[in-house]
Amino acid sequence: MNGPHDLGGQMGFGPVAPETDEPVFHAGWEKRALGVTLATGAFGAWTIDESRHARECLPPAIYYSASYYEIWIRALETLLERHGFVSADELQAGHKLWPGVTPKRVLHESDVAAVLARGAPCNRELDASPRFRPGDRVHTINEHPEGHTRLPRYARDKIGTIEAVRDGFVFPDTNAHGKGEDPQHVYTVCFESRELWGQGADPALTVSIDAWESYLEPA
Amino acid sequence: MTHEHHDHDHHHDNELDPFAARVKALETILTEKGLIDPAAIDTIVETYETKVGPRNGARVVAKAWADPEFAEWLERDATAAIASLGYMGRQGEHMQAVFNTEDTHNLIVCTLCSCYPWTVLGVPPVWYKAPPYRSQAVINPRGVLAEFGLILPEETRIRVWDSTAELRYMVVPMRPVETDGLSEEELAKLVTRDAMIGTGLPLRPGSLGPGALWPADDTGAAS
Repeated sequence: MNGPHDLGGQMGFGPVAPETDEPVFHAGWEKRALGVTLATGAFGAWTIDESRHARECLPPAIYYSASYYEIWIRALETLLERHGFVSADELQAGHKLWPGVTPKRVLHESDVAAVLARGAPCNRELDASPRFRPGDRVHTINEHPEGHTRLPRYARDKIGTIEAVRDGFVFPDTNAHGKGEDPQHVYTVCFESRELWGQGADPALTVSIDAWESYLEPA
Repeated sequence: MTHEHHDHDHHHDNELDPFAARVKALETILTEKGLIDPAAIDTIVETYETKVGPRNGARVVAKAWADPEFAEWLERDATAAIASLGYMGRQGEHMQAVFNTEDTHNLIVCTLCSCYPWTVLGVPPVWYKAPPYRSQAVINPRGVLAEFGLILPEETRIRVWDSTAELRYMVVPMRPVETDGLSEEELAKLVTRDAMIGTGLPLRPGSLGPGALWPADDTGAAS
């Protein structure tokens, strides 16, 4: 979707303002927000793609005024409600009111180290050969789906060059919506700066994205 | 509850913060339902405060500087090379190391969300996840680098890697001059987090003061 998250090339947000000696967390609640987000992710009830889409569906005015942990928590409330684990009246009350759905897994303390060390690889074996090879010129599609996609707006309808052919990876555009993993090859695609940003662009800049095969056509 | 307290004074962290109450409500509901184990939350937090952070990445870079065979492996199969040092898992399942050269400086961003190589760098800094960096890194990287005090020669090519899929990138900066004879451990102290994102360069020998690189509470991180 053309949501507030798709930030590449936008202007007017002000300085980056790096923080000297930045702490890992800025508040106690951020620690809990991280932990709760990871622990509920371990239910296996939603995918990382669905959770990303829940974040980017936040209204732009909220998305741009929220810290990143706020974005996570707002989206997490949506996911927990959507999947029946928590209800709106419970969020209001701050306590359990109903039994709710039982998840496939609950993350116990003794399993944390192993679960974090395992991660969740999302590469998949593919029978199909890659459609493109390194050096091929490709044209990114010009589509504006209402659902989740990982092709940023600044890189749509652009000509680029395949730099690397990656594994097959779960396709976020379907997986975010419960429509299956539909794994496809991913390619690292390089764009010259003027293709993306016009004649005023820094001539010594190259930008790459990682693009699923269905984002690409031969140029 | 003691876990609501923390070590840093900051204006976001007080009892009036509506998000502190909101997260506590969520944790309470989930705990009452038996859906989360509060001790698991503690362990997750402790992991990213003390075990998984940029010290991991610094060791990877230092080894690559010291050991050409490791550097070659890191370039060819970063996931496996990094795992050989014990760093693997969440948000580092598919790693690629990108090497700075005399001609090209690499910079990592995620314009669409906050993708970041957690296994080697830990949780991302606030600025990495915020709109100013995400919007500007792909269109005006030199302006962004200048904010970090990094001015590159005009002719130095800048390669920006937008992490739009599940590959996670780390930058391997060039080894600083006058570091012959330093051990891997000494070299690792020169490798800052920002040098591995591309918003900085490694420190030079002699610029190190006590606690210059890591917060005091991170010095006990296990290898």
